[in-house]
Amino acid sequence: MIKIMIIVLQLILFIAAAPILSGLISKIKNNIRLRKGQGILQPYYNLAKLFFKGEVVSETASWIFRVTPIVVLSSTLTAAALIPVFIFSSPMRQAGDFLVLVFIFALGRFFLALSALDTGSSFGGMGSSREMFISSLVEPALCMVILSVSLQFGSTDISAFNGIHAISVSSIVAAIALFLITIAETSRMPVDNQETHLELTMVHEAMVLEYSGRSLALIEMAAYIKQMILFFLIAQIVFPIALPVFSSLTQLASWILWYLTRIIIIAISAALVEISVAKMRLFRVADFLGFAFVLGIIAVICAMLGV
Amino acid sequence: MMSTFLKQFLIFDPLSLFFLFVIFIISLPSAVYSFGYLKGEYTPAKITLAWFLLFAFVLSMALVVTVSNVFIFLVFWEIMSLVSYFLVVFDTRHEKSIQAGMIYIVMTHIGTAFLIAAFLVMYKYANSFDFFAIKNACQAMPLQTKNIVFLLLLIGFGTKAGIVPLHIWLPYAHPQAPSHISSVMSGVMIKTAIYGIIRFVIVMLGVNSSWWGILILVLAVISCLVGVIYALMEHDIKRLLAYHSVENIGIILLGVGLAMFFIRMNMPYLAVFSLMAGLYHLINHAIFKGLLFLCAGSVYKATGTRDIEKLGGLIKKMPQTSAYFLLGAMAISALPPLNGFVSEWLTLQAFFLGAFNVTGGAKLFFGICASLLALTSGLAAACFVKAFGITFLGQPRSHYAKDAKEVTLSMKAGMFFLSVLIIIFGLAAVKIMKLLAKVAGGAIGLDTGAMSFSINNFILSPQAGKDIYLSTPLLLLMLILLGAAGFCIYMLFGRKRVVIYRTWDCGYYKLDSRNEYTATAFSKPFRIAFSFFLMPYRRTQKIRESFYHIKSFTYETHTTLVFKKYIYDPAIALVFRLAGSMKRIQPGSIHLYLGYIFITLLLLIIFMRQF
Repeated sequence: MIKIMIIVLQLILFIAAAPILSGLISKIKNNIRLRKGQGILQPYYNLAKLFFKGEVVSETASWIFRVTPIVVLSSTLTAAALIPVFIFSSPMRQAGDFLVLVFIFALGRFFLALSALDTGSSFGGMGSSREMFISSLVEPALCMVILSVSLQFGSTDISAFNGIHAISVSSIVAAIALFLITIAETSRMPVDNQETHLELTMVHEAMVLEYSGRSLALIEMAAYIKQMILFFLIAQIVFPIALPVFSSLTQLASWILWYLTRIIIIAISAALVEISVAKMRLFRVADFLGFAFVLGIIAVICAMLGV
Repeated sequence: MMSTFLKQFLIFDPLSLFFLFVIFIISLPSAVYSFGYLKGEYTPAKITLAWFLLFAFVLSMALVVTVSNVFIFLVFWEIMSLVSYFLVVFDTRHEKSIQAGMIYIVMTHIGTAFLIAAFLVMYKYANSFDFFAIKNACQAMPLQTKNIVFLLLLIGFGTKAGIVPLHIWLPYAHPQAPSHISSVMSGVMIKTAIYGIIRFVIVMLGVNSSWWGILILVLAVISCLVGVIYALMEHDIKRLLAYHSVENIGIILLGVGLAMFFIRMNMPYLAVFSLMAGLYHLINHAIFKGLLFLCAGSVYKATGTRDIEKLGGLIKKMPQTSAYFLLGAMAISALPPLNGFVSEWLTLQAFFLGAFNVTGGAKLFFGICASLLALTSGLAAACFVKAFGITFLGQPRSHYAKDAKEVTLSMKAGMFFLSVLIIIFGLAAVKIMKLLAKVAGGAIGLDTGAMSFSINNFILSPQAGKDIYLSTPLLLLMLILLGAAGFCIYMLFGRKRVVIYRTWDCGYYKLDSRNEYTATAFSKPFRIAFSFFLMPYRRTQKIRESFYHIKSFTYETHTTLVFKKYIYDPAIALVFRLAGSMKRIQPGSIHLYLGYIFITLLLLIIFMRQF
């Protein structure tokens, strides 16, 4: 029973807090650029707006197009339930380990890519092709990161990320690799640009171009949650955190504060990267992710050497 | 009389029974499917022939995996090859079939030649063709000889399995056979080669050098990547699936190679685990590839074309076939909670467990192999987004697709059966793993009774210390519950107006199928990223009416088939050149021929005297 409550609590946290991360990042970006920019809560307003708009569905589309938002959301939420947040071992530990996380993300992506082809628009095909290209190149790097972390822990159990208690060279390198992967997976610069609808540059946006209204809201929500999961994983590798001791209120408060600080630091770095680089050509992404893969290999070697 | 024969020449250990099971579980739906598929496609006489060949084919495969005598094994192996040759050339209308059959029969006989060589060496030591006698004799075999026998067996069985670079026949032969046969060939026949490797190398020869496993791993990784990259470039749906067979044989061999490595490293538990992962993927591949070939056959039957660039929009015309294809595509892309996911996860896990337990550079080697496997599964997902998306979604790209009709009941029944198996093999993973661990343990010669092999928390004592969990039913439950929650939110809140309208066409005129993304365009990023291997080139042709006016312009893009161009074409040219120079000793003079006979006789007499 407690387990189920923890799962529900965790999911509510992810659903409630995920959009604010995107708001935060764009706020930081705008502040650095000396712009006033939108408020930090803008993603919530966007979601609400989408929810109260009608929906247009292409006449070419089939049932794939209609079920995709649900599949994407449910797979992302499943991933969110898998990772341990409040307690050492994940409440859903029985369901799968770290490698499962990779496959679960693949499920949502597969359907999203199919739905993009479903409407018969060439934008969709473009986005779908590019997304699958980028995501397939992400996989080896992600695999290496997981290996380097689990080598330190001795198991691919989902609690491995929590099992690291001290900062090591290996975990820092792995975190940098995972950060590059996150940039690619959350469609940020220099791999993709969330703010544009230019056919030459868009990847994720091209894929969801035909979506509107509530369906789009669900897909956006899933994207926010995925971003939060990845940020959370990075934070857990670079800044390993001791288990919460809920003995006193101040301890709990400091734990929560430290928890939030870590995520905010990652968000700031993501914002800094986004404003300081230009978008790459699509085919350069292979080099970018190849670099992440090499970093992953270095992390594994460091883990082997025990540093 | 019969029973002594059975006792003497047949073997029914877990390994043989497992392969027997795989053969029949794929052949049954294929046979049912062929009722509908053959009707209308061929003349009644030919349909009878097809049935006869199918039975002969299945029977010969069943006997290949159950005989316990090398000589009889070879006989049935040959029958299997020959019958499948006749099935490849079954469509005599197409000139391609003859060519494909030619490539197939030449390659398969090269393989058999290597097998015969290996078996003769074994015979020399055992003085018997019996499996058990050979197994005993192999223990006394010197290491050098063992290495040679291993290589001979690897080439021989590798040709049948379609390991790169011996895969050359596979993308020609498999698509050319009638679809239910393609599904049996791809699903089962190439697996008999895996049986051969397990039976002759692991069980009989015994693994004596660690480089055997590493060689198989390297070949397997190359097969995975080459298979999937070629599949991405392919637009013929059946050939695309055939290339995926090369990829999946690679994944299966990853498990087998790892098992061989662990046997040599004296880590029996990990060896059993890896071999089990390989066997699990073997049966999974048989199921989903069988299903995909049947679906491809339905598409071919309904539209008359296999070129996916001419298809599209079939999900509305053939809702059931497309649902089955989607399920197969999800399984082969290793999406949870289906069967392909379980076995690919197991294989990855085998690599990770290996990396935890070995020391030194092998850790990194396993890590890189695992990440290349991850890359393969990513590329496979991309390929099946292409295959399903272009074939079934969007608007029809030609009148073939526009006039498609759903297929008949018997064809649907065959596909339905395999679809159910995909789900069962995904959800009942715990039970199946236990059974397969027994098979793997039997092959390696270990009792698995002491091992805890439940997929939900397996403890590989004593090597792996920590528990690892995977539970597909739980994952499915989560997906369904959270999906239902999402659906409720979708239905209950917000504005519920849904307008059905045209796809956004940038304010232009109405979109038609020519505006759609094509398979070629879809695979372009991959073509460029892997251009170092694919070596794409363009062929353009302008037909001018005058200097100013171009009447027509054709543009083609192709990729270079590296193995064909740099290995097989020169080899074929060499054979023809040799044959050309051999012609000189055959001038047509009977006196000369008599002279040859005389000289040969003399040489033989000297030879007999001397030795």
